[in-house]
Amino acid sequence: MNKYFHSVILDSEKCTGCTNCMQKCPTEALRVKDKKAIILNERCIDCGNCIIACPYHAQKAVAENLDALKNYKYKIAIPATTLYGQFMSEVNVDTILQSVKDLGFDYVYDEVIGSDLARILIKNYIKIHGNNTKPLISSHCPSITRLIQSKFPTLMNNIVKIESPMEIAARLVKLKIKEKYGYELSEIGVFYITPCPAKITSIKNPIGIKKSYVDGAISINEIYGDIYKNIKKNRGKETENFMSGSTQGIEWALAGGQSKSLNLTNYIVVDGVENACKIFEKIELGKLNHIDYVEALACTGGCVGGALNVENPFVAENNFRNLLKENKDGITINEKYAIDLCKAGFVCWTEELIPKEIDELSSDIRIAFKKMEKINKLVKELPGLDCGSCGSPTCQAFAEDVVNGLSSIEFCVFSKNNDTQGYDNK
Amino acid sequence: MSLVNSEAGLIKLEYDIVQNDFSRAGEASSNLKKVLKQLGVPHQIIRRVAIAAYEAEINIVIHSNGGKITAKISPEYIVLIAKDNGPGIKDIKLAMTEGYSTASNKVREMGFGAGMGLPNIKRCADVFDIQSKKDSTQVTIKISFNLE
Repeated sequence: MNKYFHSVILDSEKCTGCTNCMQKCPTEALRVKDKKAIILNERCIDCGNCIIACPYHAQKAVAENLDALKNYKYKIAIPATTLYGQFMSEVNVDTILQSVKDLGFDYVYDEVIGSDLARILIKNYIKIHGNNTKPLISSHCPSITRLIQSKFPTLMNNIVKIESPMEIAARLVKLKIKEKYGYELSEIGVFYITPCPAKITSIKNPIGIKKSYVDGAISINEIYGDIYKNIKKNRGKETENFMSGSTQGIEWALAGGQSKSLNLTNYIVVDGVENACKIFEKIELGKLNHIDYVEALACTGGCVGGALNVENPFVAENNFRNLLKENKDGITINEKYAIDLCKAGFVCWTEELIPKEIDELSSDIRIAFKKMEKINKLVKELPGLDCGSCGSPTCQAFAEDVVNGLSSIEFCVFSKNNDTQGYDNK
Repeated sequence: MSLVNSEAGLIKLEYDIVQNDFSRAGEASSNLKKVLKQLGVPHQIIRRVAIAAYEAEINIVIHSNGGKITAKISPEYIVLIAKDNGPGIKDIKLAMTEGYSTASNKVREMGFGAGMGLPNIKRCADVFDIQSKKDSTQVTIKISFNLE
């Protein structure tokens, strides 16, 4: 497996080299070279901002399609909770789950059950660690966890080391089906219907655990049309009575839903990678030691803002409000059962998070120091416009790229020998 | 006192700090943090530098008529010099007491001025020095990278 697997990839035929994605990338993971965007894998946190920013739809996520189902004897779908907000009102959870099942799955399991179990574990985690570590940081958003890993490694200890609802749901359902029908785990295929490129990455390169129980991910936008057709067919009709989670758990699709469901009072909810960075800066400075919990989410509005959704996040939020009015709570999870699963290492992190040194110029400080001197000298010669024409997001990043051998000074439009990436010879 | 052995071979960074400009306070600290990460300085040491720089920035913003923070970085250590343009500290010993502050109510309402600034800087520093006259206060600190 590729050491730096990323779900976000570029369709270079569609890419025009326009620099829109590069300017929107919060971790400076994009460059434009030879009129095509390239992704610097070690810097990418799979937030999907580039997918949203690209006017030519050249940025996308590698996901499976429904063909992948045929590799398994028993096929299970776990739709991300966000899916429930993708359709206008008058649709209930059962109708949506039935419509997903009709795509060719043998079983559909509600991710919210995973959220409900996670809620018990997070409450318990706060009880144990909350007095010594302030603030604790939610691990719900994998992009945020990757951001902390590469940009704020001193905060890794603040992260709540509980698995995501997706992973918990996958583990519960896979064992349940194995027990009930006697399949081998390898014969059961669990597919996550995802709004989020970072979740796809977490399946291949999980954080905090050795191996994911999810076997593949299908983007919501890939199968939205098929689900929608089934919803039209199923609307108003009898459906299966699916096992589902709580109304509080459904709200995890919205920013702040998690904190609300934990009955917290002294917390911060922040969405957007840049906003999250500002909060993390403050935590590193010791200015938020009075806060209990930080729910940080990479996308606008939380998971409803995920790059692979179809519905506008603000409309989706309203859809959720309508859905929640009608929703009945599903199963209740026994607290002891949840905590025992955690003690067994089944639903919480077992692996340590290791910092990623993406900014380091060299592992030898003397070499890094020499590079830094060159960068500072070069920055003074650059115009400081951050225009992006050179293929790097800012003049500072360009100077770093030149010194690191990733770019060349003549790509600056103000350089005497520039050929502006060949744009003037169009 | 001179904490810097020689000017040559040092990376020198300067940040102007404007009196009463709370919205920009933190920029110097944030920028320094990035530079030290690029050099590969251990994270816990970077955090100490960032806290010291931030508190020094805030002190200049709240208490002075503006000033400047200068960072001198070598492969072994960083020296931060926070120099302002007055009005000076009357009683340094008192100013170094945790919880003592001359900040106005307005500033405290904004969440600053808890009287922890100077003690915090001292706690983060390996070497700490403060000099104050009527027209200027200078805080100088040194933090070693402890790489070997």
